Amino acid sequence: MSARPLSPHLSVYRFVHTLVLSILHRITGVWLSIGLCALVYWLASAAAGESEYARASALLGSGLVRVLLWLWLAAYCYHFVNGLRHLAWDAGFGLERLQVRRTARVVVLVALIGFVLLAYLLFCPRAGVP
Amino acid sequence: MSLRSALGVVLGRGAAGEGVGHWWGQRVSALMLVPLSVWFAVALVGLPLNDYAAVSIWIAGGWNPVWLALLLLALCWHSRLGVQVVIEDYVHAPALKLAGLLSNSAAHLLVLAGGLYALLRVALRGAT
Repeated sequence: MSARPLSPHLSVYRFVHTLVLSILHRITGVWLSIGLCALVYWLASAAAGESEYARASALLGSGLVRVLLWLWLAAYCYHFVNGLRHLAWDAGFGLERLQVRRTARVVVLVALIGFVLLAYLLFCPRAGVP
Repeated sequence: MSLRSALGVVLGRGAAGEGVGHWWGQRVSALMLVPLSVWFAVALVGLPLNDYAAVSIWIAGGWNPVWLALLLLALCWHSRLGVQVVIEDYVHAPALKLAGLLSNSAAHLLVLAGGLYALLRVALRGAT
């Protein structure tokens, strides 16, 4: 096998902001894959009974884990919105260079709004939530 | 060392016909996750998450077990395909790559089976 250049090449390109979005899609994706374990843990605790569920709720609501949940929420919002951008590309839309750069900004903005909204609704003190 | 050119080796073999399977799987699972994950997020916002009884009733209620099962399936499918690409891109030692790919599939199968089992237990609790 010749030493031909293989993707992904992170260091050979001139910096453009779309490059950050691209690698962020990967990073958030992997992070969300790890989050799957937390989701199944939560479901399993509900299956295991009331005391186990209470323990899981306490754990998921505790300081450090709370930070992880915030990061999973942020990753979800970004990966979701940028995923829509990817699906649009797959359908053949928005592939012009200027469009790609513009939608990159839109994605960041929409993901940020979604994150703030969901974080407020999910994590702000309300009845029955730690 | 073969004297045949790289082109000569592959010419006439035809396509396996399944090279796009991964691509399609990733897109189909992504399309599934658009409504399913939004539905789940909205539901979480409305749930008193500390209340075991309320959460159990919600999980088991109506068509929720069906949507949750589909959500788990799409999540694991999408996640497995995504992590697979990451391994293929960054792990170059053949043995390590193979081990990584197999572990990836195994881990996602385990998470899927565990998630579905937990879901069924909650959903069918009232039925037994």
